[in-house]
Amino acid sequence: MSLFKKRAQYTIITPPAKKEIPAGLWLKCKGCATVIYKSKLEENLQVCPHCEFHYPLTAAERIRLLSDEASFVEMDANLTSVDALAFAGTGIYPQKLAESTAKTGMTDAIVTGTAALDGRAMALGVMDFRFLGASMGSVVGEKVTRLTERATQERLPLVIATASGGARMYEGMLSLMQMAKTSAALAVHQDAGLPYIVIMTHPTTAGVMASYATLGDLLISEPGALIGFAGPRVIKQTTQSALPPNFQTAEFVLAKGLLDRVVPRSQLRRELSLYLQYLAQAK
Amino acid sequence: MPAVLEFEKSLVELEDKVRQLREYSRSQGVDVSHGIGLLEDRIAETQTQLFANLTPWQRVQLARHPDRPYPKDYFQRLLTDFLELHGDRRFADDQAIIGGFAKFDGEPVMVIGSQKGRNLKENVRSNFGCANPEGYRKALRLMQLADKAKLPILSFVDTPGAYPGIGGEERHVAEAIAVNLREMFKFQVPMIIVVVGEGGSGGALGIGVGNRVLIMENAYYSVITPEGCAAILWRDASATPQAAEALKLTSADLLRLKLVDEIVPEPAGGAHREFDRAAELLGQAIRRNLQELRALSPAEWVAQRYEKFRRMGVFSEPEGIRP
Repeated sequence: MSLFKKRAQYTIITPPAKKEIPAGLWLKCKGCATVIYKSKLEENLQVCPHCEFHYPLTAAERIRLLSDEASFVEMDANLTSVDALAFAGTGIYPQKLAESTAKTGMTDAIVTGTAALDGRAMALGVMDFRFLGASMGSVVGEKVTRLTERATQERLPLVIATASGGARMYEGMLSLMQMAKTSAALAVHQDAGLPYIVIMTHPTTAGVMASYATLGDLLISEPGALIGFAGPRVIKQTTQSALPPNFQTAEFVLAKGLLDRVVPRSQLRRELSLYLQYLAQAK
Repeated sequence: MPAVLEFEKSLVELEDKVRQLREYSRSQGVDVSHGIGLLEDRIAETQTQLFANLTPWQRVQLARHPDRPYPKDYFQRLLTDFLELHGDRRFADDQAIIGGFAKFDGEPVMVIGSQKGRNLKENVRSNFGCANPEGYRKALRLMQLADKAKLPILSFVDTPGAYPGIGGEERHVAEAIAVNLREMFKFQVPMIIVVVGEGGSGGALGIGVGNRVLIMENAYYSVITPEGCAAILWRDASATPQAAEALKLTSADLLRLKLVDEIVPEPAGGAHREFDRAAELLGQAIRRNLQELRALSPAEWVAQRYEKFRRMGVFSEPEGIRP
């Protein structure tokens, strides 16, 4: 029988003795476990040069990537969240907000404003997952709504880079209603004949996905991004069945017909510029 | 055998006593009307006390009461000439959301409603009221038809939420809900939403945008189930009542937060105790709101809907900093 025995498909290597990795300079890639220079990663737009794993960008990095230098003018930067429900009476929400602000220097999970890309004006919103999982509360909803209203008023294309764990539980139904509010503003923007481009970044889910993230004329995503409505664990529990391979990834929803394109970050700026060019007559 | 919730027990026991006493009185020819009167007073008192002090979690349980009237029960009592219209013209006829032409007070309307089943067979058909994308797309198709025919839209919400399934993701339930949200702001007809039982998050909101949003006294409307919230925040199922409290999901909370327009009162002890009376009270509320809305123009219906939802949200914006 040894004739048919499969030959080993692997080579045994002895792992080299553990090298001391100076903290802060290197990191082990989440995608391929290769050790990479942080500076190299930064140069490469936070994409692993070996396996193309896309690390999240901060809102500031994303804005730099998608707009002409110094063209971004922020609006509504002074809006901050309020513990309107006095959630659980424990001060847990204000504490989470303070932690997120300390960590990110941001006031909430989205930055909005006007900007230009290759000289073309746009209304631009960028979410940042580091701030409370980029959950949508009243501030996120209000800022998206104002951004959309501004785009309608000034006849601008609207571009939003989404990321979100969903509605912000600490604001209860106030957060759910932001789905309706943002969609209302988008209805007017759409009826005005203006284009809307969504760039879904990892992860775009739940309440944000079921409102402004899926209402774009163009729906674009980065490779490997998680895109889905319900959490995979909930689905597995409810349906008692195995999930298909790559379930709820950008590639999966592209194949299922939701997305227009999955675009590697290195191409994103150039492509966005092209979209704006192709859509330039819609104004 | 009707289902009895834990906190309803004392009430049901008293009612059983009265029933037994009546039976005894009838069969033995003994007059016990005085005793019955006393017991009935106690029932009324217990009921008042019980229902004045219901916890949010108890309200959620009432909203999910297996004997609670479902949208279809209200259809039967409030509407005539109901013609169900099927299918989303894309994939299937999702029975978790039903709808069609009907007459309310003899006037034509388009009616949409979640559908829960009373037994396993019905629940297999209606998926326990948890819609797939097709349900939302069918609802959209019917609402667009109503817009064309200039018919008011009545939407009855009673769903635990959109169905979290593989097919739903593959056919983009999030997109179906999002498109509904956007399009519901465009219809040039009056729209009245009634949350009659469970208002399960995005799955409820997907048929929940209107000029008036009414909620029944013991219904709830929440961004997440109390169970889900407890699991995420407390990592403990026993924190569910605590989560129900924190989420501010009762009709009274939502009215206070200006997220609903009106609470529709229920018969003493909850809608499940008197379907007809519950329907009558709901009918009155719909009638009055519809009359008020009929006085407006199509442009006003659209503008009013926008303004209503535009105001929702609480945040801080320090004066003078905004450029």
